[in-house]
Amino acid sequence: MNANISHHIPSEILAAYAAGSLGQAFSLVVAAHVSLCDECRAELAAHEAAGGAVLDTTAAAAVSPDLFSRVLDHLDDPVEPEPAPRARDGVFPGPIMDALKGKAPRWKSLGGGVKQCLIGGDTDGLSRLLFIPPKTAVPDHGHHGTELTLVLQGGFADETGHFDVGDVEVADADLDHTPVADAGAPCIVLAATDAPLKFNTFLPRLLQPLFGI
Amino acid sequence: MTSQAERNRSYSEQTVWMLAIRDQRDKAAFAKLFDHYAARLKGFVMRAGAPKAQAEDIVQEVMLTVWRKAHLFDPERAQVSSWIYQIARNRQIDVIRKEARPVPEALANEDESDDGPDAGQVIALEQETDKLRQALEKLAPAQREMIERAYLGDLTHTEIREATGLPLGTIKSRIRLGLERLRHELKDLRQE
Repeated sequence: MNANISHHIPSEILAAYAAGSLGQAFSLVVAAHVSLCDECRAELAAHEAAGGAVLDTTAAAAVSPDLFSRVLDHLDDPVEPEPAPRARDGVFPGPIMDALKGKAPRWKSLGGGVKQCLIGGDTDGLSRLLFIPPKTAVPDHGHHGTELTLVLQGGFADETGHFDVGDVEVADADLDHTPVADAGAPCIVLAATDAPLKFNTFLPRLLQPLFGI
Repeated sequence: MTSQAERNRSYSEQTVWMLAIRDQRDKAAFAKLFDHYAARLKGFVMRAGAPKAQAEDIVQEVMLTVWRKAHLFDPERAQVSSWIYQIARNRQIDVIRKEARPVPEALANEDESDDGPDAGQVIALEQETDKLRQALEKLAPAQREMIERAYLGDLTHTEIREATGLPLGTIKSRIRLGLERLRHELKDLRQE
């Protein structure tokens, strides 16, 4: 847990996560950030309490008279134990280790020392780890939809502020930003979009289909 | 240590049932919990889009999960309806999605040597949950409908931004206090 986190997950994204309406890529950022941040863990639980209030007050629908006996019949069935969630490994919180299936990230060069490791992508969006050498800029990029960036190591700054380990930057579609990594340790982030990125410079745009970013 | 009789006087009946299920594997308490929640769950999952034919299967799975995962129930951190809400949402998502949903790291469960739940925290959390329920019922119908759709999983996060009106600040502070207490205990345990 990190007490110095100053950029949190917005409330509506935590609510969508609690309600199960958030895509896989954003859910990974939420799960990873909540693993590091008790402030957001508490807020997520508050949304779950609100969901519980909706469950309590919603119109009931009568169940079949034999439903309880059907449930009782299965109460003592042997159950396959679920696989244990993976533990944090270095800078990577448990949910990221789960997404990496317990293996170290397989980095691919994007040029200029910047590396990425795709984690997952579907129609809901895309998530990847980015490795950015000290004082290096991530290619200027805008994006369709929203981009969430969680700092796992080092830090970065852009037009909107400075982000340390545990901080989340929320960049909406209209933000055209150039994040630059801090001096010191290389910066590692988990970045997720709810739509593919669009790069502004010519070369990365050509590379975009190849790298799937 | 809070005695069981003391608990029964001060906790909500749902919490008492759930603790009896967790600690004594009490099937009579499970029957009461089922009577209270099964019809609510069926109404809820149908509103959340489950076809009528599937709704009772989901209720069955949720209630079985409640029984099987009872050891994870912690009344200091989540009131019963909030805990069952999470199970119901996860169950409904599992039906739709292939991939498991990413979940945060668990906080270590309280140690066996622990003095049992802090009754003050449990009761305060129940009271905040009651207030939240009352606040929901007092909302204007259109506003309440939006909030319900948000927690039924019917709205995107952008749409939820517009769905305001439920005061979550106090319950969040209460849960935050519980987390601080747990962090403190875990630290003490490590130092012993």
